[in-house]
Formats: sequence, structure tokens, C-alpha cells
Amino acid sequence: MSAAAATAPAEPASRRGLQLPRGARIALTIAAIVFGAMLPLFLDGGGGFIDDATIALAYVVMALGLNIIVGFAGLLDLGYVAFFAIGAYTMGYFGSLFHITANNGEGVHLLVSGPAANLPGIHLNFLLIIVLAIVATTAAGMVIGLPTLRLRGDYIAIVTLAFGEIVGRIAINGDEIKGFGTQLTAGRQGITPVDKIDLPFLTTFNSLELRPWYWVAFMLVLIALFVNFRLRDSRLGRAWIALREDEVAAVSMGVPLVKTKLLAYGTGAAFGGVAGAFLGSYLNTVNADQFQFAFSIFVLSMIILGGLGSIWGVVVGAIILSFINNRLIPDVLNDVPAKLGLEFDLTELSFGIFGFLLVIMMVLRPEGLIPERRRQIELQEGIEDLAVDEDHVIEAKVP
Amino acid sequence: MSEPDGQLLDARGITKRFGGLTAVNEVSFSIPRKAIVSLIGPNGAGKTTFFNILTGLYKPTEGRVSFDGANITAARPDRIMALGVARTFQNIRLFGTMSAVENVMVGQHARMKSGLLGSILRPPRVSREEREVREKATEMLTYVGLRPALHDQLATNLAYGDQRRVEIARALASEPKLLLLDEPTAGMNAQESASLTRFMERLRDEIGLSILLIEHDMKVVMGVSEYVTVLDHGEKISEGDAHSVRNDPLVVEAYLGKQEAERQREEGGGA
Repeated sequence: MSAAAATAPAEPASRRGLQLPRGARIALTIAAIVFGAMLPLFLDGGGGFIDDATIALAYVVMALGLNIIVGFAGLLDLGYVAFFAIGAYTMGYFGSLFHITANNGEGVHLLVSGPAANLPGIHLNFLLIIVLAIVATTAAGMVIGLPTLRLRGDYIAIVTLAFGEIVGRIAINGDEIKGFGTQLTAGRQGITPVDKIDLPFLTTFNSLELRPWYWVAFMLVLIALFVNFRLRDSRLGRAWIALREDEVAAVSMGVPLVKTKLLAYGTGAAFGGVAGAFLGSYLNTVNADQFQFAFSIFVLSMIILGGLGSIWGVVVGAIILSFINNRLIPDVLNDVPAKLGLEFDLTELSFGIFGFLLVIMMVLRPEGLIPERRRQIELQEGIEDLAVDEDHVIEAKVP
Repeated sequence: MSEPDGQLLDARGITKRFGGLTAVNEVSFSIPRKAIVSLIGPNGAGKTTFFNILTGLYKPTEGRVSFDGANITAARPDRIMALGVARTFQNIRLFGTMSAVENVMVGQHARMKSGLLGSILRPPRVSREEREVREKATEMLTYVGLRPALHDQLATNLAYGDQRRVEIARALASEPKLLLLDEPTAGMNAQESASLTRFMERLRDEIGLSILLIEHDMKVVMGVSEYVTVLDHGEKISEGDAHSVRNDPLVVEAYLGKQEAERQREEGGGA
């Protein structure tokens, strides 16, 4: 085999059938980025649509983070909301009036301008808070990762679910946990107001002009996409697939189990933290009711709808579910029950509607809207394996 | 000094109990450098368990394993791999949804340096490493005789014999000093087995590899091994060169059963 052929590997035949040619993919990617970046220019800067779009982008960041954990590394995480919460509370702690007694009521300020510079409480620059949120969530990701390392499949799901629930409970009851002259959280009342994003060379953001918020969220999405793509085609990405497919073979081939899994948890969690900090500032509140179990399922549904492990699929899934949740159900369809002579609020049925959507998906297209090649094969093999199992061919696994 | 001169791997008094069952009992065993040695025995004799202890998948209940001067008793499998022990599996365990080349690239994981940040930012150093690892994977696949047209095929779509080849290439790509093959000729015909035998000799002579072979095919074992160890019910019942082991009455008994062994011995005595 000549070196030239090895350095320029031809597109494998097996991929051609399932994916667009390289040129078309690049063109589509550029078109999507240009469209995303230009969109606010055609929208009312204070309107409802750009508001929904900004939240959708933040959800895309979270979904891309969870995709690293569940889609790439195959670790079913049912407690992703914990990372959203930790990111949001980092924003609340270091960018609001929450620690109002800090520095004897004079406040602590670091690289902030605008109204926040004269308020009591701790106020750090948004970029610093993002860094802190990344550190805090990565650490939390590893803490949740550790006890799950010896577990597989369903058991991981149970531990992560408990972790998400613990963080949610602490968020609700944290207003009664007091010390150092402050509370742990503000409970259901929420930490509000929260500092607006304050970036160097720009005026502080405000809630009347939403375009800058949109663009910040869009930048975060681009970063998350970049990290997803790079990690997928890397040494680490291969190690995750190897562990997901056959843990015994992977460790026997030199993939360190603990480190590789923790890196998946840590990286995935960091995006939850970043999105959480952004949403804390954007929604102007850090409220315990945001951080409940249903939200973990909401984000998980996005990546299942889009296609587990499929980066573009996850983006599409997140945008669709986010718009169904924030626009279609509360705005467009909300008067349908009334017209039918029924008396209930459609938003109370949101999760019923999502569940119904997922069931439909599982029947019609279980691999997601834009399937990932490997997952598609795994799914097909899974079905074949089931057929084999019926003949009682059960192979003992090496622990 | 933990091992005798010239021994690459040395296992002393290895015992493994699963609850009340003793799968491997007080087995001592060593592998010289640049040698092909075999571990044989009837089904359930504890061969694969012993393999799994050497590669770190199981921790021995008692005993000590040293490899190339390092104590690897109960070390993590990936550490043992990094030190230079690579293996294949009895029932092929390739990563089905990865291509042949990608499978072999995973085999080089322990020899690569790029971490999380390197993978994300991909500086020239990382791109170069990635390119070299891919080239080496292609080289390895060619070395084990996989047709270039199949290099980018998904492992799950490959024929059985080719999967065996990819598995050996994946193990070789990690630049091991010791290669453990768990029944590599299972499901192969006589011709394929013979070619694998020649291939093992090539590995020993060209790369200077030591090979530990678990095998049922006596023709392969007797043809290729310099040293044979026989396990039965978790205990070592015989060891030595191929010829002396084959004529050891205990071995014949373990394989054929006591009555049959006695019958053969009588026939031998009569003739």
C-alpha cells in the first residue's frame, strides 16, 4: 500500500449510501451557519420569535453536551438537568444580588460595567462566570461519573437519575440551608434579577433588544458543534465508540476505562453548565422549578428524536422540541381544547405530547430523524441479536 | 530479580476461585523471549481464565505475575496492554460498527498521546499523529493479509477469516512484546490453520514476538510450539516440548478419558 493512498483515504463505500457527498455536506453546513447568523436581521429584535429562537439555541448547546455522554460514549444519563442547575447557580452566585452581604454590603466587582458595577452582591464578568461554570460542572460530571464506572446500561441510568433528583431537591430546599450569612439557593422564589451579559467592547445587554443574546447563544452553538465534530473524529472519539461497543475488548486494547468515561461526563457536563449560565442571565432568574427531572427527559428526547450520536440530528431535534414546547403548544395550539369544548391548559399536557411523539418515532424511525451510521447498524444488529436470543444462545460475559 | 533469565513473562502459583469453584489452581508458568508456547487442555480446564488473569481482566486470588521485569499482578488491563501484552479473543471481539482500519487504530490507543484538548484543537502534532496511526493501521492490515479493498469495510461486514486477521492486526498495532492468541484457528479449515501457523512463525522470526497460544487443534500446537503446558480441571498436569507432552499418559487420559487411555496403552504394549 503506497503512502499516498494511505494519507488520502478515499471515502469508504459503506458511507456513501447513507450520507451526502462531502462537497454537499460542506455547502449545507455553510448555508446553515449563514442562515443562523443572519436570521435576527429579519426579525423584530424584541419579538417573541427571536426569544424562542434564543432559548432553542441554548437547548441545542445542552443537547450537544448530552450527546457526548449518551450518543458518543453510550452512558445513559437521566440526570443532565443537574449540570443545567449547577451552571445556572454559578451565574446566580457570581452575577446577582444573591450574596447581598458580601464585602459588608458594598459588593464584589470584577471586570463588570453597566448597572451591575454599583450593586451589592458578587458581580463577575460573564466570561469569568462561564469559566467558573465550566469548572464547576466538569467537576460535578466527574463526581457523578465515578460511582457509575463499575456499572452498565440501566444501572448507570438509575444512578444519574438519582443525582439529577438530588440536585433538584437541593435547589428547591436550599433556601432553608443557611450559613455564612447567606442561603444555599433561593428555592422556588428564585434568584432574580440576574446580571445581564457584559462582554468586552460591547454595551451591557438588555431585555428589549434580543439580537445580541441570540448571537451569543449562536456562538455557543458553533463552539459546541466544533467540539462535537472534533471529538467524534479523534482518538478519544474512537475510544468512546470502542467502550460503548465492547468494554472488555476496549480495555484489553489499551483504552483506560475510568479516564475515558470521566472525560465523556466532564465534557458533556461542561456544555450543560455553559448553557445554564447563559439561560440564568437570559431568563433573568435562577429558579428551582427549572431544574426538575422532566427537563432531563426533555433534553434526552431531543437527541433521541434527532438521532443518537448524530450531531446534526441532535441540533434539529433540539430546535424542533424547543419550538414545540415554547411556541407550538402554548401559543399556536393552546386554544384547541377550548374550541373542542374541553377545559384544560394544553401546556399541562406537554410531556404527554412529547411522549406521544417519541412513541411515533420509535415505531416509524427508531434511529432518529438524521440517523448516525453506527447507531443505525447497532440498532439493526440489536434486532438480529434478539432473534438469536430466542434460540437460547446466551453467551456469558467476562466481567 | 523477579524472573529467571530470558523469561518474558513469569506467573507463579496462580490460583483463581469463583466462590467455591477453583478455576485455576496453583499454576506456575513462564514464557521465554521470542518463543511460541502453547496452553492446552480439555474444555473447561481453565485456559481462558488463566489468559484473563494474565491480561488483567481477572484478579488472581493468589499468585504473582511479572512481565518484562514489572509486577503486573492484578494491574489494569489497559496498563498491561501498554506494557506490551496484546491479545485476541476466543469469540472474535471486534468493534463491529468501526471499519477495519479504525479497529486497528483503537489498538494503537496506548501508543498515542493526544488528549482532550489536543483532540478538540487538533494542532499539527495531533494531525500528524492521527495520520501516522492511520498509515500504520493500513500497514498492519496489509501485513496480516487483508485485501486493501476491505480496509474501509465495517468489521461486522467482513468474512470470518478476515475478522480474525483484523483482530490480530489490532493486537499487533500496539507493538506488543507478547501476543496472546485464544483459539485463533477455531472455525478455520486445515489450509487456513496451516497458513496461520506459518504466520505465527513469521511474527516470531521477523518481529521477535513471543506468542502464547491456546489451541484445540493438536496439529497446530504440535507443529508450532516450542513448549507446551497442559491444564486439566484448573491444574497443570504436564509441561515440556510437544513430543514429551503428547506421550504423557496423564495428558492422554485427560483428553481421551481413563478407559480409552488404558486401552491405548495396552495396545501400545502389545505391539
